[in-house]
Formats: sequence, structure tokens, C-alpha cells
Amino acid sequence: MAKIKPSKGAPYARILGVGGYRPTRVVPNEVILETIDSSDEWIRSRSGIETRHWASPEETVAAMSVEASGKAIADAGIEAAQIGAVVVSTVSHFSQTPAIATEIADRLGTDKAAAFDISAGCAGFGYGLTLAKGMVVEGSAEYVLVIGVERLSDLTDLEDRATAFLFGDGAGAVVVGPAKEPAIGPTVWGSEGDKSQTIKQTVSWDRFRSGDVSGLPVAADGTIKFPAITQEGQAVFRWAVFEMAKVAQQALDAAGITADDLDVFIPHQANVRIIDSMVKTLKLPEHVTVARDIRTTGNTSAASIPLAMERLLATGEAKSGDTALVIGFGAGLVYAATVVTLP
Amino acid sequence: MAATQEEIVAGLADIVNEIAGIPVEDVKLDKSFTDDLDVDSLSMVEVVVAAEERFDVKIPDEDVKNLKTVGDATDYILKHQA
Ligand SMILES: CC(C)(COP(=O)(O)OP(=O)(O)OC[C@H]1O[C@@H](n2cnc3c(N)ncnc32)[C@H](O)[C@@H]1OP(=O)(O)O)[C@@H](O)C(=O)NCCC(=O)NCCS
Repeated sequence: MAKIKPSKGAPYARILGVGGYRPTRVVPNEVILETIDSSDEWIRSRSGIETRHWASPEETVAAMSVEASGKAIADAGIEAAQIGAVVVSTVSHFSQTPAIATEIADRLGTDKAAAFDISAGCAGFGYGLTLAKGMVVEGSAEYVLVIGVERLSDLTDLEDRATAFLFGDGAGAVVVGPAKEPAIGPTVWGSEGDKSQTIKQTVSWDRFRSGDVSGLPVAADGTIKFPAITQEGQAVFRWAVFEMAKVAQQALDAAGITADDLDVFIPHQANVRIIDSMVKTLKLPEHVTVARDIRTTGNTSAASIPLAMERLLATGEAKSGDTALVIGFGAGLVYAATVVTLP
Repeated sequence: MAATQEEIVAGLADIVNEIAGIPVEDVKLDKSFTDDLDVDSLSMVEVVVAAEERFDVKIPDEDVKNLKTVGDATDYILKHQA
């Protein structure tokens, strides 16, 4: 039997840089009220959302990703050509083949970096981060670019009271690379497929191929609605608040730290009420900075954590070297939580 | 040991106080969670989960809608507690 040479990676991995892109158009709650019976007060009190960004036709999944990634690469102080892999997490890129990651890798000027997409909903950033850490430590890439990007406005039913106000668009990216000290803790992740129907696409794409439109959702103007994301709000809320607080605690335990050791908490920006409730359940001390980027960004699924991270660092609310707990959770249902050192 | 009606109301009062900041003495059988106690539909989910833990009951989402008043919740817990 021939002897196979093992690959050689870095002792540890860390996030070296972060970048974000928010679409130019800011959409206040008043615009949402044009299509649903609601109020600014209700939307703010139930979700915390005041404004969100919606992408223009030019602000494509690839274009937003390239913008965010360029900033992350500059922040990390490396060249695009040093990137060995590009991982893109998205549920709102509408061409399945090829993966959008390859176009992004090319437009950034990487040197034939490995590139692929993953689908892990609002846990997508944590899934990507975990893969990236594995690649860096295992040695298949020295630097990995992890992108969370969504155009959820394309998958929003503006006549659905339960979701019309919730979603936003944007891209967030981080560069993960070698480190001498551990700076990305063990990931606590998993899936609960028995709850797969609690957040889902209204209609599967292949229903449109059959030509049989009976039973498909119809808009107020009589046209067949494009598929959108729907959810059982209360079931998701219950799961997020109580089950995810447990997962967050497990991630702290796995990293060998307590809530007292934390500087920053960056949960997926699903709903400010979920965030507030998690903070309470986890008994986070006062000194922990909590990301509430949802107020002006909405729920951007896979992009929400890197966008919130970038904003906290940009405003000075968090600083490089801080210890942060990140947790993503969503459609699947899936989740991923990790303690990281901020870039 | 199963909780009495009085104990359940007192327990719910503690929970509502903790979640919505309403004084415990205001939490009475005839009070509506949303209209009188400042517990909206999402806070109600928190109340329900806290009550599940405290009284060892399961209150599925589809039953939560029917618990409009403190009395409704108390009756439900009395009937379903382990
Ligand atoms: C979406 C969400 C805010 C809805 O809140 P909710 O309390 O579950 O809403 P419900 O559908 O139970 O409705 C509660 C009340 O508000 C009303 N309501 C619902 N949507 C409304 C809207 N957009 N505007 C005004 N009122 C609304 C309902 O009619 C109902 O009123 P009633 O009690 O008088 O009948 C909430 O369920 C949520 O955020 N869940 C978590 C979802 C999430 O974050 N998903 C992403 C995870 S990745």
C-alpha cells in the first residue's frame, strides 16, 4: 500500500477581517404598510425593525458579495490571490447552476480558489465559518472567504402580514486564516428536520413546470405569486428563544468560558424580541455588547451575523480582540453557535 | 404534587411580573393577558414556556391562542398538570 502524505494545516484558525454591503435603498415601515394592514408601532414592538435595505436590480447576489468581500479582504490585510476557498451561504440566488461562489471568486481576482455554495438558511454563516476553520486547520486552504448574502426581498410576499416587514437584503463576509492561538471555538451545530415545515418556501419551483397552477397562491391583482418564505411565527419564536439559548450556552461551555468572559453577543438578527429574550435566558451580564442591527437592517438570514459584526466594529461598540458568541438559527431547522475572537 | 388554583395564580403572577413588569397583585383570574397585563402574543409565548417549566405541563402552540385570561391559563394548567 502506497504511503499517502498528510496535508499540513495551521495550528488554529481565526477571523482576520470582516466586511459588509448594505443596498442603497433604505425602506421604512411606511412602505411595508402600503401592502399589509399593520402599523409602524406594531412592527417596531414585535420585531424591532424600523428600516431595512432592499436591493436594486444591479445589486445582485454576486455584486453585493464582491463589495463585502473586497472590504473583508482589505481588512484582513491579504491579497485576493491568497484565498484558497470561497464559501457562499445563500438561499436567494436564483440560478442553481453554476454555484455563484465561482463567479465571485473570479471577480475578486482569486487564483482559481475552490468555490461552492451552501444552503443552511439563517445558520449559514456559522456553517460556513465551521467549514472554513476546518479547511485552514486541515491545510486545504490557507485563507478562506466566507460570505453570507441574501436578497430576501425577492422571496418576500409583501401581502403576508407575518413576514412582509421582516426581511432585508445585504452581504457580509469574513476572511478566515491561520492563527497561533485558538480564536474560533468548537461549533455546536445541528438540525431538527422534524420542524422542517416551520420555515419554508411557499411553493416548490417544480410546481411551475407542470403548468398546473391550481392551488398556487394568487396576488391581489390576480397574478400567480412568486414563491416566498413563510413561517409559523410563534413556533419559530418559541424554538429560537428557548432551544437556542441552550445551544448558545453549550457553545460557551465548549469554548471553556462563561457569560462573564464574553464581550459581545452577536445572534442571528431574526427579531429583536428573540434577541432580548435570549439575553435574559442566558443571563448575559450588563457589560456584554449585544448586536441589534436588525433595527435598521431587518432579517438578512445568512448575512445578518457578519453584517452585525462589521457594524459593531465600525461604530466602536466592539473592538478587535473582543470575545464574541455568534449563533445562527433558522430554516431547516438548523443552528450553529461558536465563540470567536473578533478581527 | 399538583398545584392548587391559588398556587397557579400566584405562580402566573410571578411569571407575568418577571416578563411584563406588571405588579403581582394585578394578576387576577379575570384579567386578559393582552388587554390588561401588557402581555402581547410574543410575551405570551414566554409566559407559556415559563409556566410549562414551573407547573410541569405541556402547552402546545395551538392551545396558547385559547388562553386569553389568567383564568383560562389556570384552568388549563389545573387540568393538564402531571
Ligand atoms: C412574525 C412575528 C413577529 C409575528 O408575531 P406573532 O405574535 O406570532 O403574530 P400572530 O400571528 O400570532 O398575531 C398576533 C396578533 O397580531 C396581529 N398581527 C399579525 N401580524 C400583524 C401585522 N403585520 N401587523 C399588525 N398586526 C398583526 C394578529 O392579527 C394578531 O392579532 P389578534 O391577537 O388581535 O388576533 C413573530 O411570530 C416572530 O417574529 N416569530 C419569529 C420569526 C422569526 O424570527 N423567523 C425567522 C427565523 S430565522
